[in-house]
Amino acid sequence: MRHRSTLRAIYELLSSMRFAISLLTLLGVASIIGTVVKQNEPYNNYLNQFGPFWFPVFEKLGLYSVYNSFWFLTILGFLVLSTSACILRQTRPMLRDMRGFREHAREASLSSFAHHARFAHSLPVAQAKEAVEAYLRNNGFSTRINGREDGILLAAKQGSWTRIGYFLAHGAIVLICLGGLLDGNLPLKIQMALGGKQVTTGNQLISRIPDTSRLGVDNWSFRGNVFIPEGKSANTAVLNVQDGILLQDLPFTVSLRKFHLEHYESGMPKRFASDIIITENATGKSVEKTIEVNKPFEFAGVMMYQASFEDGGSRLHLLGHDLRSGGAPRPLATEAVVGEAMALKTAGFDYTLELGSFRAFNIENMAADKPEADTGNFARLEKHLGSGARSPTAKDMQNVGPSIQFKLRDSAGQAREYQNFMQPIRQDGAWYLLTGMRDSPSAPFRFMRIPMDDDGRPDSWFAIRRVMLDPTRHPDIARRFTATALGADTSPDVRARMQETTASTLELFARGGFESLGKFIENTIPETERDKAADVFIKILEGSAWEAWKMARADAGLPALVPAAQHSRLLRDTLNATNDSLHYGAPVYFQPVGFDEVRATVLQVTRSPGKPIVYLGSLLLVLGVFAMLYVRERRLFVLIKDTGEALVALSSNRKSMDVEERFRRHRDDLTTLLNPSPRS
Amino acid sequence: MEIAQKESSPLLRRLSPGDWLYALALAGGALFALRQYGGFMDVYDKAILLFTVPGLAAMGFAWKPFRAFLAASTALALVSIALYQGDLARAEQVFFLKYLISSQTAIMWMSALFFIATGAFCLGLAARSDFADATGSALTWCAVTMGTTGLMVRWYESYLIGADVGHIPLSNLYEVFVLFALMTGLLYLYYEGRYATRRMGAFVLLVISAAVAFLLWYTFSREAQEIQPLIPALQSYWMKVHVPANFIGYGAFALAAMVGVADLLVRKGILANRLPPAEVLDDVMYKAIAIGFAFFTIATILGALWAAEAWGTYWQWDPKETWAFIVWLNYATWLHIRLTKGLRGPMLAWWAIAGLVVTAFAFVGVNMFLSGLHSYGSL
Ligand code: HEM
Repeated sequence: MRHRSTLRAIYELLSSMRFAISLLTLLGVASIIGTVVKQNEPYNNYLNQFGPFWFPVFEKLGLYSVYNSFWFLTILGFLVLSTSACILRQTRPMLRDMRGFREHAREASLSSFAHHARFAHSLPVAQAKEAVEAYLRNNGFSTRINGREDGILLAAKQGSWTRIGYFLAHGAIVLICLGGLLDGNLPLKIQMALGGKQVTTGNQLISRIPDTSRLGVDNWSFRGNVFIPEGKSANTAVLNVQDGILLQDLPFTVSLRKFHLEHYESGMPKRFASDIIITENATGKSVEKTIEVNKPFEFAGVMMYQASFEDGGSRLHLLGHDLRSGGAPRPLATEAVVGEAMALKTAGFDYTLELGSFRAFNIENMAADKPEADTGNFARLEKHLGSGARSPTAKDMQNVGPSIQFKLRDSAGQAREYQNFMQPIRQDGAWYLLTGMRDSPSAPFRFMRIPMDDDGRPDSWFAIRRVMLDPTRHPDIARRFTATALGADTSPDVRARMQETTASTLELFARGGFESLGKFIENTIPETERDKAADVFIKILEGSAWEAWKMARADAGLPALVPAAQHSRLLRDTLNATNDSLHYGAPVYFQPVGFDEVRATVLQVTRSPGKPIVYLGSLLLVLGVFAMLYVRERRLFVLIKDTGEALVALSSNRKSMDVEERFRRHRDDLTTLLNPSPRS
Repeated sequence: MEIAQKESSPLLRRLSPGDWLYALALAGGALFALRQYGGFMDVYDKAILLFTVPGLAAMGFAWKPFRAFLAASTALALVSIALYQGDLARAEQVFFLKYLISSQTAIMWMSALFFIATGAFCLGLAARSDFADATGSALTWCAVTMGTTGLMVRWYESYLIGADVGHIPLSNLYEVFVLFALMTGLLYLYYEGRYATRRMGAFVLLVISAAVAFLLWYTFSREAQEIQPLIPALQSYWMKVHVPANFIGYGAFALAAMVGVADLLVRKGILANRLPPAEVLDDVMYKAIAIGFAFFTIATILGALWAAEAWGTYWQWDPKETWAFIVWLNYATWLHIRLTKGLRGPMLAWWAIAGLVVTAFAFVGVNMFLSGLHSYGSL
């Protein structure tokens, strides 16, 4: 007995409105958590973010995958339970309500309605009955009439199917939750628990992945990604689960003919599309299809979507310029493949080149940032009038050409990251090859600008730099510079000093660039004279660079240079770049000179058995919500008494102001109806 | 029997010649658009276009002033388009375009008009001046007309940039902020007429003004008004239904919250003799949340259908989705509270105000603080 009453109490609690309200609030609050902690990231990111103490705690709490966590599913489970209990509890009274007319309502109870009125009627009861009946019919009520000893009661109602709305909407919640459960990762979890499947790590060959980490083609609920480079094919999808992967065998093979990547002029992506051929394993039947974003395709019960794209192993042609002092004078041509690591062990190097990515083009805003003239408020407003097509500040979007990004890892495992452009880029009126370097992935790239010479090539810079940083040639440069800088009539003493100064300047510069020169100035020259001294050093360096250039050309057997205006700019840029190259962190600069691009598409493949259920639920939800909110159930009672008195009462399932208004109208209409003026 | 006929007589018989003319113009407009621009539409776009005809017709039948509003904004937009003569540069050269009805200028007018309307309503409240209230109401009508014109013209302008750039202006935070101001304004005007009181105007226009202030900041310091082409994920007819449905929801929730503020004040006896009685405010609040909830339900479902097509999953708990879910739960809770005796009264008003905070977070907060798949401009 006791037991039954506890069950009863639980049922009542579950089906109570207050419980529902608390549950909905709790669910809302719980959902917030997953938007604060980024979901389903690689576990390493969490480890970095939360540290070794909190990481396992949060993992236990399921914070990395909140919406699949045990506690979240439990709350949802309670929602289903509570809604079902609620439906169960409401079914009987609601059905009774829907069917019934309450034509046996007593006068006392009618006059306790919030909306009721009494008035006298002048028609005979039978006639009154007919008039009211017609009135009710015309107003969309269905009516039941109950003759009683003191007169007759017309009990009318309309909009009863708002109650159907209740069943539809609340039933829909249950449907949607159940459908969603089928498409979530619960089926996968069950397979892992019962079928002994285990996740494995991602970085191994697909063929080596054991069967315990493979799901068969008969799996009816999954979501994974298929990676296919151009010209290749794939028949398995990768499912990311917890901190590892599972493989899903597909009932077909997909090969990628071509991946289309289109951009707007501004560089924004415009279209991603994959031309694929799908061949069904069982029948050998094949279909050609183009899958695009927003245009998925279904085959053999599997939906395929354009999810993203990657590099599929583009081949880059690189020229390796040796930056070591006394290094190889000629650049070395090599090839590297995106996504692969290449050991560099020739010529005394011990590095690994990890080519991370290749971009076939880069769109940059090349408009110079002009400081805005202060033009007053109206002009400022005026700039924002007109069409929405133009930007108030000028933009100059240009494709600055391909770039690569790679890491250079030394034998100790330390890596620096580089970004090199293939084409020279115009900056401040001159052309440069840009190469960026950074020590950590979160830092911005610091760019070195390699100046282009008269032939539009970086070769002069390498040649000048080689000579200038070569200590064995410093005396020679110093001698030549002195000869050019000082007239023939200067004393040998002055010459010797000049030569010495030049040689030591070069030596300092070669060791640490402007920085060591600056230190030297700071340590040896009084503060008031430092600026002047710096100027002198710069002059010496520029002059030396000019000499070095001439020497380099002579070495290479090239004709002598004719001095020209643009050379001074080049020499200054050369010095700057040479200085930067001393902090470049790599003994070699890789100049991209050509590429064979290979793209890869990433298709998402899914089987979601719950989808039709969820969609049906959604439809019912909308119908139900509209029925509940916009179909008003109204009951109108008209009691016509033999005594010549009439009573009108109106009730509604929702309290709102138009009930009052409606009531007044019915009351007034009925009063007129039952008291026709003698003439009509 | 005269009166009894009224409610049950078929809809068609209740329509006035004006209604017929309006419906005819709508149908004509849709057919013209189909003929003229059908080449840019896929079958779904066409279906949506055809469905807007009965939709807008029903709106106009149920709410007569809507017809004049739609006619005025369409006429202005058509004049603007005619002045453009297919050349964007004319926005700078033609006086009427530059200072009145190019998209950007029209939106600026909308902003100014909303501000002035807010002032007028506040004055009406302070001075109990019906004239000021009527002015506020007229200005609000002008503001929504200009704003709607602005969006229509913006749609046209986007195609002048390039056929591949053209798209309905519902694609980024800037555009939907305009939409939000418009939706809230229109909903307010509807309830103003329905309840025959203009005294809620000061409160509702306040939230619109806040949105407009944000819009102006976004324009002047971020230059967000520049029309951008659509990234692949947004290139879908779903945008045309998902986004408006969403903003009917947001607009209605914002309105409900501001009415909730008025409701609380009245219950505390503040401004009680100037504002409508608490039952009226309570009723408006319920109506607004009901319509908001209904449309937000539709919007969320449409969003899920779109997500299924664009991302391959109808629901994946991306922050924007999750916050939409939270908003939806919040108002489902509100509706249930209202059905529970003993929890009504000020509790509902407070809950509606809190609802605006939640809604605002879902609308802009998510873009500012959380990252996800939704690409509507981060701040
Ligand atoms: C996500 C979950 C839910 C949603 C979206 C939802 C939605 C709604 C809506 C829109 C209404 C109409 C409110 C109105 O007319 O003002 C309603 C009414 C109602 N709901 Fe829910 N509901 C949910 C869960 C629940 C649960 C768990 C219960 C049970 C404990 C419940 C019990 C009721 C009842 C009894 C009514 C009144 C029905 C009537 O009188 O016609 N609801 N619900």
